[in-house]
Amino acid sequence: MPAPKERKWDELKGWKELAEISPGAIVPGVPTSPEYLTGDWRVERPVWDEDKCTHCLLCWVFCPEDAIMLNISEDGKVVKMIGIDYDYCKGCGICVRACPPKIHALEMAPEEV
Amino acid sequence: MAKRKTTRMALTGNEAMAFAMKQINPDVVAAYPITPATQIVELFSKYVADGEVDTEFVPVESEHSAMSACVGASAAGARVMTGTASQGLALMHEILYIASALRLPITMCVVNRTLSAPINIHCDHSDTMGSRDAGWIQIYTENVQEAYASTIVGVKTAEKANLPVMVTTDGFVLSHSMESLDVFDDQDVREFLGQRKPLYNVLDVDNPITVGPLDLQDYFFEHKRGQIEAIFEAKKHIYDAHREFAEFFGIELPVFMEPYRLDDAEYAIVVLGSSAGTGKEVIDNLRDEKGMKVGLLRLRIFRPFPYEELQQVLGKVKYLAVMDRADSLNTMGGPVATEIARALYHLSERPIIHSFVYGLGGRDVPPENFYEVIEKMQWIAAGNTPDRMVTYVGVRE
Ligand code: SF4
Ligand code: SF4
Repeated sequence: MPAPKERKWDELKGWKELAEISPGAIVPGVPTSPEYLTGDWRVERPVWDEDKCTHCLLCWVFCPEDAIMLNISEDGKVVKMIGIDYDYCKGCGICVRACPPKIHALEMAPEEV
Repeated sequence: MAKRKTTRMALTGNEAMAFAMKQINPDVVAAYPITPATQIVELFSKYVADGEVDTEFVPVESEHSAMSACVGASAAGARVMTGTASQGLALMHEILYIASALRLPITMCVVNRTLSAPINIHCDHSDTMGSRDAGWIQIYTENVQEAYASTIVGVKTAEKANLPVMVTTDGFVLSHSMESLDVFDDQDVREFLGQRKPLYNVLDVDNPITVGPLDLQDYFFEHKRGQIEAIFEAKKHIYDAHREFAEFFGIELPVFMEPYRLDDAEYAIVVLGSSAGTGKEVIDNLRDEKGMKVGLLRLRIFRPFPYEELQQVLGKVKYLAVMDRADSLNTMGGPVATEIARALYHLSERPIIHSFVYGLGGRDVPPENFYEVIEKMQWIAAGNTPDRMVTYVGVRE
């Protein structure tokens, strides 16, 4: 399970550099949201049990963050869930509710600090 | 002598500002006339209807929306102006901060009128003083001529500093009073201002940008620090804009302040806006009839606060009366007094300062108010200590 990428405080830009490239908090380029690792907002994480998963993709349909990772075969016919992108998963738990109760391949677990 | 042709006209403050806006010919004006509405945008909309300007006039449903539309248009590179007063400015409050933080050089004509309650449409400075921390440059004018010229130099200042500017007139005293003034030719005004060179343009599809993104604990402070630095740097841009104005039109405006008979003054009064005219009369009388060493300082630009310039001209004064046409409700009087005290605190030689609040809700400001202020300072000079840090002038006890 990949841990969220760490953002090191002293690697972040200082205000002087920022004032040059981003005056008025104007951020050059779009989209900028992928650079924002919202995963570090999470207090609970969904844990996926690959063995139980039937790849129905209901979790993918409902995830508001597009954090359910998929593997799509070259011909585009076979789509499999392969995990959760913890860089962006905010831990809302919607996927856990979406997963069919009889399958129960997702479960919330406390985030370890 | 003016280097450019001028024409003498008789206009009210509102008409003069609307006329300046017509000459500036902004790309976009978005406005809404909340009560108490100023005539400025109403008069300007007539220029739009008559085809005298190319402006896209956006009549919105509230001042909150007016400033929001100004923000959008300015982010798209347009030269944007608007006008408001009192409650309207209060309703814009949220968006004022966004305009300055996005570094958008919007120029807004504001007629100073009090805030409710009780309901009152007349002059005091409580409206713009309430926006003093919104990151806007604030210019307070003394007469209609200066209001006209300041509207033009305000646009220049805004676009040099990439910060929004408010140019104010005292409600009714200037906004509805007719004065004769010299106006420039439309062409000269347009040539002086030239084209706006925006810092960025949200419509530039070849260089896409993200405007107004989420900015949390990791970057907000750095972005805010950059904006704060822009206010430090604004001082230089303000001087440059006024110098260029003087060079182009051959008419010099006071920049941050206008000292009046202050050189050897032991007593001095600081005041903003139109009341300075009355104050100068009183200073003349006291000096010429009574031989008193009194002077006056009219503060024209309140944001950024010109603390260095004030230190230079007020340090030698012995008794300083700061007259605010707004009260901070902090038990110490008005905001100008508080900030001047802060500016002079570290000087080894500094005056005794007392705060005076006057003219709230459009209360008339006769010469007697100024005599009373000077008398109170003489009473302090005689060794008396006032119970409070502020005295209210012109109010019935
Ligand atoms: S917890 Fe929420 S954000 Fe995370 S994967 Fe599930 S649905 Fe998506
Ligand atoms: S909803 Fe459950 S079963 Fe369906 S793909 Fe997601 S984890 Fe697998």
